[in-house]
Amino acid sequence: MVLSHAASDSDVSVHSTFASRYVRTSLPRFRMPENSIPKEAAYQIINDELMLDGNPRLNLASFVTTWMEPECDKLIMASINKNYVDMDEYPVTTELQNRCVNMIAHLFNAPLGETETAVGVGTVGSSEAIMLAGLAFKRKWQNKRKAEGKPFDKPNIVTGANVQVCWEKFARYFEVELKEVKLREGYYVMDPEQAVEMVDENTICVAAILGSTLNGEFEDVKLLNDLLVLKNKETGLDIPIHVDAASGGFIAPFLYPELEWDFRLPQVKSINVSGHKYGLVYAGIGWVVWRNKEDLPDELIFHINYLGADQPTFTLNFSKGSSQVIAQYYQLIRLGHEGYRNVMENCRENMIVLREGLEKTGRFSIVSKDEGIPLVAFSLKDNSSHTEFEISEMLRRYGWIVPAYTMPANAEHITVLRVVIREDFSRTLAERLVMDIEKVMHELDELPSRVINKISLGEVKSEDNGDNMVVTVKKSDIEKPIEINVKKSDKPIFC
Amino acid sequence: MVLSRTTTESNEPVSSTFGSRYALTALPKYEIGESSIPKDAAYQIIKDELMLDGNPRLNLASFVTTWMEPECDKLIMDSINKNYVDMDEYPVTTELQNRCVNMIARLFNAPLGDTETAMGVGTVGSSEAIMLAGLAFKRNWQNKRKAEGKTYDKPNIVTGANVQVCWEKFARYFEVELKEIKLSEGYYVMDDPEKAVEMVDENTICVAAILGSTLTGEFEDVKRLNDLLVKKNDATGWNTPIHVDAASGGFIAPFIYPELEWDFRLPLVKSINVSGHKYGLVYAGIGWVVWRTQHDLPDELIFHINYLGADQPTFTLNFSMGSSQIIAQYYQLIRLGFEGYKNVMENCRENMLVLKEGIEKTERFNIVSKDVGVPLVAFSLKGQSFHSEFEISEMLRRFGWIVPAYTMPADAEHITVLRVVIREDFSRTLAERLVADILKVLHELDTLPSKISRKMGAEDFGNVKGKKVKREKLMEVIVGWRKFVKDRKKMNGVC
Repeated sequence: MVLSHAASDSDVSVHSTFASRYVRTSLPRFRMPENSIPKEAAYQIINDELMLDGNPRLNLASFVTTWMEPECDKLIMASINKNYVDMDEYPVTTELQNRCVNMIAHLFNAPLGETETAVGVGTVGSSEAIMLAGLAFKRKWQNKRKAEGKPFDKPNIVTGANVQVCWEKFARYFEVELKEVKLREGYYVMDPEQAVEMVDENTICVAAILGSTLNGEFEDVKLLNDLLVLKNKETGLDIPIHVDAASGGFIAPFLYPELEWDFRLPQVKSINVSGHKYGLVYAGIGWVVWRNKEDLPDELIFHINYLGADQPTFTLNFSKGSSQVIAQYYQLIRLGHEGYRNVMENCRENMIVLREGLEKTGRFSIVSKDEGIPLVAFSLKDNSSHTEFEISEMLRRYGWIVPAYTMPANAEHITVLRVVIREDFSRTLAERLVMDIEKVMHELDELPSRVINKISLGEVKSEDNGDNMVVTVKKSDIEKPIEINVKKSDKPIFC
Repeated sequence: MVLSRTTTESNEPVSSTFGSRYALTALPKYEIGESSIPKDAAYQIIKDELMLDGNPRLNLASFVTTWMEPECDKLIMDSINKNYVDMDEYPVTTELQNRCVNMIARLFNAPLGDTETAMGVGTVGSSEAIMLAGLAFKRNWQNKRKAEGKTYDKPNIVTGANVQVCWEKFARYFEVELKEIKLSEGYYVMDDPEKAVEMVDENTICVAAILGSTLTGEFEDVKRLNDLLVKKNDATGWNTPIHVDAASGGFIAPFIYPELEWDFRLPLVKSINVSGHKYGLVYAGIGWVVWRTQHDLPDELIFHINYLGADQPTFTLNFSMGSSQIIAQYYQLIRLGFEGYKNVMENCRENMLVLKEGIEKTERFNIVSKDVGVPLVAFSLKGQSFHSEFEISEMLRRFGWIVPAYTMPADAEHITVLRVVIREDFSRTLAERLVADILKVLHELDTLPSKISRKMGAEDFGNVKGKKVKREKLMEVIVGWRKFVKDRKKMNGVC
């Protein structure tokens, strides 16, 4: 008698996902697999592995939006297969982008007539926006120098050392020298006086940040403008300002409308803002706006003909999804001024709740100010036995992602923990975070200090005190955090 | 008796969407509205306006993917709030990116050991990928020239005039001269590698070849270019490298033309870019660039980020962006595997042949595209005709199809083609329907008087001098009109 086997192996659709052979096979990491696998298996395998990623909503390191309303999610999914750059084929989407640019330009008080179109563009993020703005400044400056018969091979840009890494990228990739104004303890933004001193004939622009990534402060753009106007008069130069309002651009107009930082200041020629930070849209959208046409050299613009009209474009990227542009428009009309104001006020309230909770523990000094981006940057009052990095690591066990950073030059001895308050960080979560931080401090207090274990690094005075070895770790303030941070880069990438 | 009225207007949740006042209000287009509006209203208003966009799946102009499996859509939505650049917080997503780079590098036969890590990065699209590759070449060349004590201020790049607009962007924004080989009729690619190699000089940073010309889908003969360039390099000692822009072809050639040598098998090919969102079968917003070895990517361009204790080098223009497309690319690579991609590409090629044969049968068109290459059909009207390809394109829109018409670049501007791209989701049924609709359009056009003949003076209509004179005049006008139309559509962004 012949026994027959049911060839169940081949009938893949019968097996439930975890009963099939696909969860036994290790997927290749370096090479494409030879055969296809069923879509359910592919979905499950990837979904499961991604469970080990952090939870985006508990990622308190990031300014980038992590929650949107379900209606907006629907719009996003419906437009995910629209290639934004096909202006001819998707005229409405293009129109929505234009409307967003206009709305944002008006929000920043661009000097426009009633129906005059603003000059601006949607980008993938502030990085692209900054590169476009920088490119415009560079080209404008070069043209001016050429016309004056002067050399134009050494352009530079003046910023604070607290700038986000994309300014360094811009400088490196587009061959512009970056002249950074160093910070100092207690003053973590660019000093306008020092900045104006550093300006010279090769400066293409001065970049001010509205909402420093490190501690959320707004730089004093008005003071910078006034000082620069004076310097321009003296020297005959016409150095412009670019405001990197990546975070602050959607906060200041709603919470601090009397603060003058935008196009109301005459030297401000372009502004960028991240739609995906306090513009309240998921990652992947930024905006850059120019004061007027003259600030954007025409030779950089590519003219595309669509619907018989001229559509000028100036972007680094070409094909990309339309979802975020539509989502930004949704937020602008859904919330309006009132809605954005409410969200920002809530963020500020919750920020104050968190700050007060931390202050009450008595263990931290608050480095951030109340005015600025709703975030709380704090450092240990006494970091001789434990560091902020340890707190950050232990908080992860509770699910929180709270990053620890060292300040840039010249304040590298200061380390801070930073919690960003986003729209979806409610008061309940703020109170829970304070509780968990207290738990962590309690645990750390019981642990021996890690620093004491690193006695072998010179400069340590140890006294033999009878039976007890008293170790005095005497390191300069600068060396201590760096030694502990030996595995961390010295320029952590903030966003 | 006091009559009381129910105040329904203030009771917002009661009104149905189209019964509420929001369907009456004109939304501000230039300024953000003062008040918020309910999310249902916002959703409906935007959705309705977007109905007037073209249908992405009938957009036969684009190579960019317009359909993915529902399982993948689920993964996309789940990760839409993950900011890809947060490597510390989302280590699995970062790992998936690394796996994709490795798989793609090996697909292109990069000279790697079995577990050696490839050099490459995910980008927003081929535009960013090309800029990064170009930047690497420029920097490598500059360093070499500096070391030799020669001038390095006039870099140039040699390409065919059929390059996609992002090469022109790269040239303009990064100050590199673009030396384009003009096309000739019948020869719509830089298919004179000899001409290309002739144009190479000591300032050439690289020669860019396209695998899958946007205009006709043809693959350039990269092997021949390599062989000629090797000879020239031997003679001159310049060591000019090749970059292959495989935006479309990179995910086609390895599966249906595996014996075609175009990738890292050729020694002078130092970097390759491919669009994940074209035949990589992912929605818009993902591209890949791979370098042959570490030496082809100058370290000074790389920013080193520390994550999980290991060094993660990054080299991108964009910073924050969504993770969805990367996860979707990984999904496709493991879901389909080699077998799956091959099946999809073979289907595309089959359907392309069906369409081509259908169009040939009408006997009204010349087929400009070849069978080998990207699955698309480019065709133009036979002989002299009273109508143009642009009219056919416009009339097809009435049936719902978006079929673009383009004029060829210099020096073949008198040729206009209609181009249909066969994507994964263009089935045979649709191909047959398109042919039927093209026939209908031709029939309609035949019954319409030519727009040109209406522009001729009345006297010519009555002129019986001889058919020849009339014909010559007609030709003049046709050529004149075509040139006029071409000038209007000159900067039509072909993608």
